[in-house]
Amino acid sequence: MYAQMIDTGLTKVADTADMSDDERAFQARIDDDVRIEPKDWMPEAYRRTLIRQIQQHAHSEVVGMLPEGNWITRAPSLARKAILMAKVQDEAGHGLYLYCAAETLGVSREQMIEDLHAGKVKYSSIFNYPTLTWADIGAVGWLVDGAAIMNQIPLCRCSFGPYARAMIRICKEESFHQRQGFDVMMSLCRGTPEQKAMAQDALDRWWWPSLMMFGPPDAASVHSAHSAKWKIKRLSNDELRQRFVDQTVPQSDYLGLRIPDDDLAWNEDRGHYDFGAIDWSEFHEVLKGHGPCNRDRMRTRVNAWEDGAWVREAAVAHAQKRDARAKAAA
Amino acid sequence: MKLQLFDYLLRLADNDLVLAQRLGEWVGKGPVLEEDIASTNVGLDLLGQARLWLAYAGEVEARADAVGRSEDQLAFFRTDREFRNLLLVEQPNGHYGDTITRQYLFDQWHVLLLAELATSRDSRIAAIAAKALKEVRYHVERSSQWVIRLGDGTDVSHARMQAAVDALWMYTGEMFSVDETERALIDAGIAADNAALAAPWRAAVQSVFAEATLDVPADPWMQGARGRGGKQGVHTEHLSRMLAEMQALPRMYPEARW
Amino acid sequence: MSSEWPLWEVFIRSQHGLAHKHVGSLHAPDAGMAVRNARDVYTRRNEGVSIWVVRSADVHASAPGDREALFDPANDKVYRHPTFFPMPDEVKHI
Repeated sequence: MYAQMIDTGLTKVADTADMSDDERAFQARIDDDVRIEPKDWMPEAYRRTLIRQIQQHAHSEVVGMLPEGNWITRAPSLARKAILMAKVQDEAGHGLYLYCAAETLGVSREQMIEDLHAGKVKYSSIFNYPTLTWADIGAVGWLVDGAAIMNQIPLCRCSFGPYARAMIRICKEESFHQRQGFDVMMSLCRGTPEQKAMAQDALDRWWWPSLMMFGPPDAASVHSAHSAKWKIKRLSNDELRQRFVDQTVPQSDYLGLRIPDDDLAWNEDRGHYDFGAIDWSEFHEVLKGHGPCNRDRMRTRVNAWEDGAWVREAAVAHAQKRDARAKAAA
Repeated sequence: MKLQLFDYLLRLADNDLVLAQRLGEWVGKGPVLEEDIASTNVGLDLLGQARLWLAYAGEVEARADAVGRSEDQLAFFRTDREFRNLLLVEQPNGHYGDTITRQYLFDQWHVLLLAELATSRDSRIAAIAAKALKEVRYHVERSSQWVIRLGDGTDVSHARMQAAVDALWMYTGEMFSVDETERALIDAGIAADNAALAAPWRAAVQSVFAEATLDVPADPWMQGARGRGGKQGVHTEHLSRMLAEMQALPRMYPEARW
Repeated sequence: MSSEWPLWEVFIRSQHGLAHKHVGSLHAPDAGMAVRNARDVYTRRNEGVSIWVVRSADVHASAPGDREALFDPANDKVYRHPTFFPMPDEVKHI
């Protein structure tokens, strides 16, 4: 998933003249598309930004398991149940790959999880919306994963090696996610009138939050500028959002669904779809914690972590006992 | 014989399906990501096995009755009284130690059962069992290691595991009971003789529990072991609640295809 | 007591005959579980036929600062490559 509004802690993009020798050498490597590896010298702000971005991304995968996990026990066929379980399991894997990538920068997974639970680090706001019907599983796969893939493919070329490598693995697995979502939507749209209505209702609720996943408009985003210079982020929010709309409208037409935007229209001159204004006040409220599910999601994660503490501790204690016994026997 | 075979196949299928459904409840809530992934793999294996058994059950039903139900009709449109799973697998997840204990007690039986079924005179049963056996060998390896790890972990984990074992033990007797349905199929070389699995199961469990520093409970009054248990459709209170959730959507829209 | 499990590096051999390749890492309390977790995390799509795990703490790596000293000296030894030696067209099987 996508990490929104990364705070780089910087107020402006540095000029080459302001840089130290190390910084200039570092920037030169980035400009040459040489990957930065964990033990290489890097500016502190680069490290901080990456830790934040990768862990937001990791948290998003893990919290993202919950809205879809909500329907595993109620999937309407055994085939759909298996597919959904495998999909949500993949999200756990993605979270895991990403935590490991962040750990190469010297922060522990435990620390990252504690920061999430303390509200110090965010996850993608999209997961603060509820999955109310089975069609939401289709819409989430089709739209949310579709938007995520669009964000993630450029990250496969991100300047930081471990992140780029994790993203390559993730993107390979994600392509199944979007397709299974669309497949659910197709089955509903070809089904009974109630099923079709269920699909339309899901599109109505997920469309705008999906567009918001690309983050605020490009104008005046110093963080974006920095991330672009460091090749942590390679395409702008607005560029990606436009691509997403352009790719999704024909898919929606194919399904025979209506995108809930009266201003949506093909613009012959631009060669793109025009679309209506996004209600950013909703985005910021959800980000601040006022979405329909923020509290539920966090409570579920905190409970899972705390309820699992004795299990994790016991596993460590057992491994230590076994090591001690092996040493005593040797 | 065909109806007995149908019934027997449902027993095999429903154990897998119900336990997979229980494991599905854990997804996203495991104690650590690695474990979430591992546990979901077990759930997916079991769900896959359930589908193979149900598909075969539907074919057998068609031979007897001319109308055979699909895997989904069998999964979503039978009542709890028509489900044939063991009481053990329908028990609620509890904490992770409860889940692991339930899993191990079942896996240890399941692996013995499938090894027998792999030599069944019914070639379909033998083939499905041979495939499932590979998966279940891994399951029992994993769950037994967890029993040992948590049993011989901290004081807290030890106490929780012993309590889990003590609570679930009364559901283990049913695994080794044989009723008329099974008797006829055992005599025909089709089904496995559950009674014969008791000794090797007990030996394996004793060995794992010894390493886990857990006590094997004295045998209590076993639930469902005298021809009136899960295999005959007489369940605990937990199953109908689980099915209410699992079956809600197809029953709400019986005409729909998903 | 911190209950964080140690980190392990995972190497998978994708088919017989190829070398194990680093695919990522994971946490596990002991080696046995690291192998099993690696199976569940990194081979869900038939990626492998063999798994190695190594504690991350046991990996010793070359220092990035030594890159030039370690690797540049090989640059001018082009005679180690077969293409350094042009062969006449009429000479075969060499």
